[in-house]
Amino acid sequence: MKTRRDFIKISTAGAGAAAISFKAFGSKGFGLFESKIEGPASDEDLTPYPTYCEVCFWKCAAWAYVDKSGTIRKVIGNKNDPHCNGRLCPRGTGGVGMVYDEDRLKTPLIRDTRKDGSQYFREATWDEALNKVADKMKEVKEKYGPEAFGLFNHGTPGGQFHHLLKAYGSESNAEPAFANCRGPRSSAYFSTFGAYVGSPENTDIRDTKCLVLIGSHIGENMHNSQVQEMSDAIDKGATIITVDPRFSTAAAHSNHWLSIKPATDIALLMAWIHVLVFEELYNKDYVEQYTFGLDYLKDHVKDMTPEWAYGITTIEPEEIRKTARAMAGAAPSVIIHPGRHVVWYGDDTQRGRATAILNALLGAWGKRGGFYFPEGVSVPAFPHPHFPEPKWTWKDWNEGRYPLATMGITTEALKASVPRYNYKHQLKAWLVAGTNLPLSMPDKRLFKEAADAVEFIAVMDTMPMDITGYADVVLPEATYLERYDALRASPNREPNIALRMPAIEPKYDSKPGWWIAKQIGERLGLHDYFNYDDYSEVIDWQLKQLGTSLEEMKKVGVKKYPRKSGPLYLGDDEDFEFNTTTGKIELYSVDFADHGFDAIPKYTKHPEPQPNYYRLIYGRAPMHTFSRTSNNPNLFDLMSENSVWVNPKVADLWELENGQEVWLKNQDGAITSFPVKVRVTERIRWDSVYMVHGFGHSNKKLSRAFGKGASDTEMVTNVMVDPIMGGTGMRGNFITFLTEDPVMEGKEVKA
Amino acid sequence: MKEELFVSGRNIPNIDPYLNIWHWQIPLYLFLGGLAAGILFFAGFYVVRGKADKMRTTVKIAPIIAPLALVIGLGALFWDLKHKLFFWQLYTTIRLDSPMSWGAWTLMAITPLSFIWVASYMKELIPGWDWKLEIVNKMEAWVIKQRVAFAWVMMILSIILGVYTGILLSAFNARPLWNTSILGPLFLVSGFSTGLASIIWMSKDEKERKKLGRIDLIFIIIEIFLIIHLFMGFRAGSETAIEAANLFLGGQFTVSFWVFVMVIGLIFPALFETLEIWGMHIPKWLPPVMILFGGFMFRFIMVEAGQITRYLY
Amino acid sequence: MRYAMAIDTKKCVGCGDCVVACQTENNVPHGYCRDWIVERVDGTYPSLSLELRSERCNHCDNSPCVRCCPTGASHIEEGGIVTVTHHKCIGCGACIQSCPYDARYSHPDGYVDKCTFCLHRVQKGQNTACVDVCPTKCLYFGDLDDPNSDVSLAIKDRAWKVLAPEAGTKPQLFFLT
Repeated sequence: MKTRRDFIKISTAGAGAAAISFKAFGSKGFGLFESKIEGPASDEDLTPYPTYCEVCFWKCAAWAYVDKSGTIRKVIGNKNDPHCNGRLCPRGTGGVGMVYDEDRLKTPLIRDTRKDGSQYFREATWDEALNKVADKMKEVKEKYGPEAFGLFNHGTPGGQFHHLLKAYGSESNAEPAFANCRGPRSSAYFSTFGAYVGSPENTDIRDTKCLVLIGSHIGENMHNSQVQEMSDAIDKGATIITVDPRFSTAAAHSNHWLSIKPATDIALLMAWIHVLVFEELYNKDYVEQYTFGLDYLKDHVKDMTPEWAYGITTIEPEEIRKTARAMAGAAPSVIIHPGRHVVWYGDDTQRGRATAILNALLGAWGKRGGFYFPEGVSVPAFPHPHFPEPKWTWKDWNEGRYPLATMGITTEALKASVPRYNYKHQLKAWLVAGTNLPLSMPDKRLFKEAADAVEFIAVMDTMPMDITGYADVVLPEATYLERYDALRASPNREPNIALRMPAIEPKYDSKPGWWIAKQIGERLGLHDYFNYDDYSEVIDWQLKQLGTSLEEMKKVGVKKYPRKSGPLYLGDDEDFEFNTTTGKIELYSVDFADHGFDAIPKYTKHPEPQPNYYRLIYGRAPMHTFSRTSNNPNLFDLMSENSVWVNPKVADLWELENGQEVWLKNQDGAITSFPVKVRVTERIRWDSVYMVHGFGHSNKKLSRAFGKGASDTEMVTNVMVDPIMGGTGMRGNFITFLTEDPVMEGKEVKA
Repeated sequence: MKEELFVSGRNIPNIDPYLNIWHWQIPLYLFLGGLAAGILFFAGFYVVRGKADKMRTTVKIAPIIAPLALVIGLGALFWDLKHKLFFWQLYTTIRLDSPMSWGAWTLMAITPLSFIWVASYMKELIPGWDWKLEIVNKMEAWVIKQRVAFAWVMMILSIILGVYTGILLSAFNARPLWNTSILGPLFLVSGFSTGLASIIWMSKDEKERKKLGRIDLIFIIIEIFLIIHLFMGFRAGSETAIEAANLFLGGQFTVSFWVFVMVIGLIFPALFETLEIWGMHIPKWLPPVMILFGGFMFRFIMVEAGQITRYLY
Repeated sequence: MRYAMAIDTKKCVGCGDCVVACQTENNVPHGYCRDWIVERVDGTYPSLSLELRSERCNHCDNSPCVRCCPTGASHIEEGGIVTVTHHKCIGCGACIQSCPYDARYSHPDGYVDKCTFCLHRVQKGQNTACVDVCPTKCLYFGDLDDPNSDVSLAIKDRAWKVLAPEAGTKPQLFFLT
């Protein structure tokens, strides 16, 4: 069926073939003639420029080293930066590959239709592309009001567009980072402690004596300073307890690995609470002074014994008791890690609450080795007129169905774009900045329906990600090493700011995000909101307000400020008012009760795999960030495709061999577009399979990543929505194996 | 279950498959080196024994192959070098620890020698041949006068060359299949056998052929014995050596080795040569061709198989 | 002086940062690497153990690659660092065949290339690029003859092993177990 918007692979066969043949003959054939031997460059011959990394969201400050020919040779962490302590992760180190990836978006592109009706992208000038976006924004504003123009964003460049849309009159924005990732944890910790865990998390792993990881695979998720601190904790002999159905890297480095049956975590957490409460191992003074609802809790968990949990989780009662005692022994220097990607089964906020309650019982919040009080620098906004008040925002799409959501919910934004859902307020056009929706959103059918329903999509990205195939206008953004961006001012132990400045001029005809936003703004008559010629003026102004200057920051990259909010930790018996309804840490959540939700978490049984089906567990590899780095030449070398981990018993049953290619089919009949190699390994349970997220790209223009591995997202069609904050639980999907190439109708990727 | 895999690096296209960097060039080079060594040894041998005229093909005709084989072999080696324009660096140093260096210098000596040997018989082989240059004619006369001394030098060098073709591999202790000192004598014997086979093929003299055939039979028997010994050594060795031997005893090279090398290359020719001695009529080209084929396959398989035997992973 | 490296397999998470840091520091072309990560899993679910090893040239005391090099391109620098002089290398591959660790590869420009222990940095008193970047600080570099060097301290109170000791190369990479 022809849709209004055909998926276009930004590609011409000729260009792809040329690239391949260049590679094949690029190395000097017979080696008869010597090329210049380029050894390592001496640091003295390189010029460092300050930046902070944009390959993931951790935003480590770094130096980009540029040689005399204007080539970035390497990116090295800034020693003064608390996000990285001078050590970038592989993605940061390989960030240079993002600049020199020859598949980058090079010029603005506009969707056009040939005489035969087929659609294609034609190269356009910036003027034409920007006019097109601005004209559409004007049109939407007139027809539906500015609120109908939605924004999907992620990362730093999204901020520039957020500013643009607010100036234009819309707050219809959503980022996958909330409802698809860490939203439940935000709501859980806010309802318990009246504070967010933030990013970087305020976990004091450096000084902890006991770290508990539940489905959080630190080391495979390369959250830099956390990985570093966990390593320090191992050196210091901290006890590490990992709960994971998979033998993760963290599990391998742990003192206790609890190989839990998937989807039963809350039962384990409640049993731990039971042991702490009924063996009276909890931190009595702390609980007495700071918490509310112990009696409710005690009553609630009285039957949730380790023996009860054993029947659910398959973890031996003695192991549950032993680990609970280990936590209590280390308290208050103990962390039940809140996790990051926590959208699993739709009761995720409650699971987050259970970890928060454990942390509270152990007295870890506000204590050394537990959770410190972070502090950030408040960067003043560059002067601009007040933003117009939108008539409705992301909160109003569904009339407040998910009352405790604190940010726009991406799936709700998609539903608000599809008329048949009949939402009170509907989106008619999108801007997408820095997020690859087809691979980051569950339920691909919903995404496609929504993308097809809206009148206009503009995408800003550095790479021809799958999302660009749905765009009407593609805006090629300069990479983070080629542009100024907003100052980084994330809260940390010490307040600090970090500067990002261009190390080289933008390659090709790409432009910085701030420039693109400003140009659109100017065309909309919003000059007063963009009252500068270059973003460095904004930064310089802000830095001067903060007692420094662009000049100084160019030399240091990172600047630290003394704390103003008080010490990192609670003093002994110090009075403290928490930002909750009761002013205390709420073991019993008054807010939840008021909204009709369970005030204390309870275990609910979730669906289990049918015969011949296996639960799909997905996760991350340390060398990739979601789907955005798969084509990075440096990181592609480290890991070029994912595999599906299969227990040897299952492999025997299916006669699968290591390295064999299979297609996956899920409970709803969805089939992966590409085959994926089997890895037969003991590291996964026999009732589950595991895949690294972010592979299986279907845009051919990604010459390396195209068709490599399979996309786990394609297998996530069952979304278990968290009623509290709208989180999209994705772990309730089950797959089976197809050993023959399934011939699929409309399999768009084989074209 | 034990699992060992590369997480990053190494399993990328330009590294791991290409660690098997030697393909057909090196085995061809080893084969032709051994063949030339065999021919030159027997040419020298019969000159020293004073039987140059009885063994005409051995001493005068077959050596024509030797310089050709050496040049083609060196060509194959050069083809295999990845940094070709730097090949002269071989002759800036003598490295006693390096078989490759030994080989380079041996070839440097024996290749010109083989040319001189062939040249010195040109007048005998082609009536009316004239070098047309007085100095060359003078040198020729000198060479012919010193023939026996040349023969001795050539015999010694050809033994070094023959052994070298095996030691080149056996010096690599990282490849368990190669890392056995039997490879030196084994390749020497095998090389001499292929050399003999070429002469037998070329010779039209029944007596000469019979004589050489008998010697060749002895060489084949020694070779078979050495191969059995090789496997006995592996089987009694470390785990990596046992794994190496298993490539030929049930592993992926079993069929190719036993069929091409043992049966076609050694057992059948030995059988045919024995039958011939007993007076049965065997096509004269058949045993030599089988030996030559077997000799090349032996080196090819040893080089291929050796490169996949290793200590780790 | 004897340079060596220790790798703590109990802290390594196998992220590959050492591999990519080496690539950018030493201009190693895409598709090639001088160091790599090996994962080793033993046991049956759920009784499992996992070892992660960041591997590279072992800069052996008894280095077969140097011995078998016909031109002297492979040689030993001060402190036992094994390197290749590019303009002396003929690309014969003998050293690649002689290395039990497969630590050498054929560079697209023809010569054989390998880990240099970042000689250019070490000579200036810096650590190697991989050691400096490692987020888990599981790599230790230094002079074994100096009892207070990072590597000496790292192996002092820990059990360690070397790889393929039976190859007799006296490797200088110590894996803390």
